[in-house]
Amino acid sequence: MKALLIRDIRLAFRAGGGFGLGLAFFLIVTVLVPFSVGPQQALLGSIAPGVLWLGALLACLLSLDRLLALDFEDGTLDLLVTSPLPLEGAVSVKALAHWITTGLPLVLAAPVLGVLLNLPPAGFGWLVASLALGTPALSVIGTFGAALTVGIKRGGLLLSLLVLPLYVPSLIFGAEAARRGALGLDPATPLLMLAGITFATVGLMPFASAAVLRMGLR
Amino acid sequence: MVFDPHTLSVSDLSVARGGLPVLAGVGFDLVPGQALVLRGPNGSGKTTLLRTIAGLQPPLQGAINGAEDRIAYAAHADGLKAMLSVTENLSFWAEIFGYPQIDPALDAYALRPLATRLAGTLSAGQKRRLGLARLMVTGRPVWVLDEPTVSLDSSAVAMFAGAVRAHLAHGGSALIATHIDLGLAADVFDVSAFRAQTNARLGASDEAFL
Repeated sequence: MKALLIRDIRLAFRAGGGFGLGLAFFLIVTVLVPFSVGPQQALLGSIAPGVLWLGALLACLLSLDRLLALDFEDGTLDLLVTSPLPLEGAVSVKALAHWITTGLPLVLAAPVLGVLLNLPPAGFGWLVASLALGTPALSVIGTFGAALTVGIKRGGLLLSLLVLPLYVPSLIFGAEAARRGALGLDPATPLLMLAGITFATVGLMPFASAAVLRMGLR
Repeated sequence: MVFDPHTLSVSDLSVARGGLPVLAGVGFDLVPGQALVLRGPNGSGKTTLLRTIAGLQPPLQGAINGAEDRIAYAAHADGLKAMLSVTENLSFWAEIFGYPQIDPALDAYALRPLATRLAGTLSAGQKRRLGLARLMVTGRPVWVLDEPTVSLDSSAVAMFAGAVRAHLAHGGSALIATHIDLGLAADVFDVSAFRAQTNARLGASDEAFL
């Protein structure tokens, strides 16, 4: 399992690995929003949590179609299925590697980009907390979507359509927690809901992912 | 290293591809130290049979005994990452299978001069050699190989035959679908005798959901 994690992270950082794709997209979206909305500081401050969460979600979505498709094309998936690794464990590790190379950089970049969007000072901590709690669910759900579409050429569109509805609860509670934090309200309820969604998906989704993957490889 | 002396036995096996049965009533035993060469024309179901035995797809009916966690499978795709070096690729699979060393595998296929090269810069034959070297770091007794000699030159085929012979000598066994003569003392199993009735629709019922 450790070998798979290290390999996936190493591949992401090598040339053509796709590390930085999500981060660059996140950066572009949040830098362009102030230009399109105009110099209205109060408005920007109030939409900042939602824009940052949406940007992070779309950035996450961008890298999903490579998550399992590359391993499928070069035969690695067939060999992993016949290896001693339980497939549930293998997809969990791949989701973790995706989070480390995509979700975690987004979490770390969010406060910096919050400055560009005039996020109120009280909101920074809650924004980071909500993203840190919420983005693992995005990676795990995304792995499920990638497993569903693994044998399909150009499955990216189908993948997005399948995964987006599953992302909605995380987006609602995550952005709400960040918004409440920015306004100085108590963000505990949406944060707890967000944490619940994340823990449930991390616990259950790998079984679904492994099951559909076995079917897809037939 | 000596493998556990179990026999891989296949009995009354029917396999399907795309919902249509391609082979029916296949049965054979593969004892330790034995190599079995599968023959049959293109499209006769060799790959489907091997994928079923490797556990990648369920059989329509019949039983496969002695395959659980004992099979090292190698097919047309080698499972190599272009942006990892030869050693990194091999070490990865060795770690996944919990095998301690990659040196014998590097030596058996003369990969040592290429050890630090990225797999993406290798030629097709060199990649194939690396893919076959992967079998040696699995520590699995039963090699299930689908056209292992594609794009290999004659000296690489000899390396492969040597590796298979060494594997058999240690009590391993091999099931190989190939069209060329490997120079092995292998039994031949012709799958064309087991062609399924094509009008049978066994197993096609789930196609609507796939």
